[in-house]
Amino acid sequence: MAEQASTNDLELLTFRVADQEYSLDIMSVREIRGWTRTTPMPHAPSYMRGVINLRGTVLPVMDLAARLNLPSQETGDRNVIIVVHLNGVLTGLLVDAVSDIVAMTVDDLQPPPDMASEPSMAVVRALTVIDDRMIRVLDLTAVVPNRADDAA
Amino acid sequence: MSDPMDPMAEIRASFFIECEELLEALQDGLNQLEDGGEDTETINVVFRAVHSIKGGAGAFGLEALVRFAHRYETVLDEVRSNRLVPDHEALKLFFQAADHLSDLVRACRDDQPLPEETSAALLDELDKLLGDQTEEEVQPQDFTPLGVSLDLPGLSDLDDAADGSDPIPCWTIHFKPAFELYETGNEPQMLLRNLCALGEAEVSCDIGELPGLLDLKPETPHLAWTIRLTADVDEAEIRAVFEFVEGLCRLDITRDADPAAAPEAAAPAPMPDAAAEPGDPRPATPSPAPEAAPKAGSAGNSSKSVVRVDLERIERLVNLVGELVINQAMLSQSLESAGLSPHSDAMNGLEEFQRLTRDIQDSVMMIRAQPVKSLFQRMSRIVREASAAVGKEVRLITDGENTEVDKTVIERLADPLTHMIRNAVDHGLETAEARKASGKTEEGHVRLTAAHRSGRVVIEVADDGGGIDRQKVLETAVRKGLVPSDAVLSDTEIDNLLFLPGFSTAGKVSNLSGRGVGMDVVKTAIQQLGGRISIASERHRGTTFTISLPLTLAVLDGMVVDVAGETLVLPLNVVVETLSLSSEDVQMLRPGANVVRVRGGFVPIYDLGAMLGYRPVRTDFTGCIVLLISLDDGHRAALVIDGIQDQRQVVIKGLDDSFYRAPGIAAATILGDGQIALILDPADIIAGNGPIRVPDRSLKEKRADHG
Repeated sequence: MAEQASTNDLELLTFRVADQEYSLDIMSVREIRGWTRTTPMPHAPSYMRGVINLRGTVLPVMDLAARLNLPSQETGDRNVIIVVHLNGVLTGLLVDAVSDIVAMTVDDLQPPPDMASEPSMAVVRALTVIDDRMIRVLDLTAVVPNRADDAA
Repeated sequence: MSDPMDPMAEIRASFFIECEELLEALQDGLNQLEDGGEDTETINVVFRAVHSIKGGAGAFGLEALVRFAHRYETVLDEVRSNRLVPDHEALKLFFQAADHLSDLVRACRDDQPLPEETSAALLDELDKLLGDQTEEEVQPQDFTPLGVSLDLPGLSDLDDAADGSDPIPCWTIHFKPAFELYETGNEPQMLLRNLCALGEAEVSCDIGELPGLLDLKPETPHLAWTIRLTADVDEAEIRAVFEFVEGLCRLDITRDADPAAAPEAAAPAPMPDAAAEPGDPRPATPSPAPEAAPKAGSAGNSSKSVVRVDLERIERLVNLVGELVINQAMLSQSLESAGLSPHSDAMNGLEEFQRLTRDIQDSVMMIRAQPVKSLFQRMSRIVREASAAVGKEVRLITDGENTEVDKTVIERLADPLTHMIRNAVDHGLETAEARKASGKTEEGHVRLTAAHRSGRVVIEVADDGGGIDRQKVLETAVRKGLVPSDAVLSDTEIDNLLFLPGFSTAGKVSNLSGRGVGMDVVKTAIQQLGGRISIASERHRGTTFTISLPLTLAVLDGMVVDVAGETLVLPLNVVVETLSLSSEDVQMLRPGANVVRVRGGFVPIYDLGAMLGYRPVRTDFTGCIVLLISLDDGHRAALVIDGIQDQRQVVIKGLDDSFYRAPGIAAATILGDGQIALILDPADIIAGNGPIRVPDRSLKEKRADHG
């Protein structure tokens, strides 16, 4: 990471969820792994796909499409799980496919327009444009619920 | 280790760890003294323990600790030099002082306020033992850490002895420092210098074990010394020089028959600075290495070397081994599915691999295991305090102190055991008068034993008191509405009433036990550890509580079952039996609530698949397999499952419940195919599902099942 000199630089991992393009700050991504069958957790929220074995630790996997209230897709071998790291906790995010890693600066990000009606908007931190496509930058803290607000 | 940057903090921390060991040795020694071990070495051990604590405390400026330890040590010194013969009362005081010393150590460690009044009171008591001998107040500054402040008797008249016409004894001392000696900050040079002060010494350094520069590990001590000492001293005085490094080195002291015999000195080295200097790359001269075995048990403690390891590292190792076990299971599964002949090389290799994995797993679990000794020592203190509080003479007899149990189990056993010991002293044992009247010794006995029995640890707390007054227990239970007034219960059933919440038989609430938190708390704690507790009592002879615990909390004996296409694991110890249902077995209580008839009792049926949300509720249970499980409160439940796969040991993996905690799921494990299976907590899952509990008409059967 030679270009880390400037704090304005950032790299985004872009991926597809329910035919839309989203992205995450690559620094929060631990690894990307192929789909394996999840073990469902009883009475879990609908977006919680279950748990998988990540080299000996039990990793909870969240269906990102369901979490974002997008139509859930058929899951199969083509899906991937992005393992993200948030506050010392690892979580798996089930997405359709990983597209690219793009480098940009903070200036390239735009705040999302204030449209409170869209439920998934609360988790979108910023918007950016790559090759004329709009990419949503996810706010990981909003996507991964913590214990306090998800007691049910 | 609050501040990793502060080297002093680390030294301080290691001092306190050392203190714990010394306190343990102190307790041991006192116990031996109490048992009538009229061994001079025992009192030496006791003395040394206190002395070392004092020395270390002085170095850290812990004045209160030094003051107390010093006075304590003075009294012990009197015993050591046979000027004082400790009687029963004195020994009791010594125990109290030892307890207090450990309080002080802990208070110093945690920067807590020191219990000064107790100090003063105990010091007064100790002074009384000393009689009118006056003792100058000690200056803590006088104490520098380990190995310097030695006053050796016979030092002053050394010169006279050297001039004397008597043949001066000549000693050959082989001294080989171990790694720990340097680690604990001791200097061989100091020791040698002290030795030289005793008389005429000829020091030679054995560099026979010194490897070439290439193989040299700077951390490993290679040097040993042979000292020929011509001095009019006895062996004890020489040993006194090495007092502080006992167990940290190999020490062999022999008395030469002929002092004139020339030592076959090997490459005499000048006063060596430290082992850190062995930079000489020349090939090691073949010298007669002083490989004499260390004189065993000079201090009663065999010098077995111990490594202190961070618990976190062990955890990591345990995790990795868990990984290995899973991996091995995966490998064997894939080899089997590949259709290899069982006699092929690969399969043979796999078998060997399996054996090794199991061995490694066992060994790693053994690292976590600790002897229950520390726990037992804590209990002996509880007995002393409890017996003083209720004014009974009680003697604690322990057995099997070296039984090893997982560290976590030991930690979580302390509270329930404390409670049981107090109970035994307070309720179990009668008063001295009552004991005398029934022809027993006035001193009550509480026996605490630990042993390994068929893969579990069995801990027993037994007293030789009056036994359980079953009539009284039953009356109390009836009065409290715990059992119907017309209930006819067997002895075992009555005994088990003690475990019911809110039960207390003591006529009056003493300040020791009987505050309503009773044996039910103990039982819950034991069960949380995956253990069982039972009572055996004989009127006028005593009561025995038996706790049986799993060896470790890292693996679990589980029953692997299928439910709606998912694999689940149930702890094997809750499963009482398995049944296959026929149509007439199942009775409907009301829609949605069914019971199964098992040997005269009705047991509620729980459809596991529906409860976990895997499938809609079943209506027809014909042909289903049910697991009959026994719950903590003695109730039973029948869990409907689709099939039983296996009974096997599974590695417990904690579930990250940071954003979702599933009800009824205790943990998870990884199966041979790499898939995760959930480990159920049956009590939790049934409690969370709204009880459709049938009032159990047959208490008798319930208790019998439970016992």
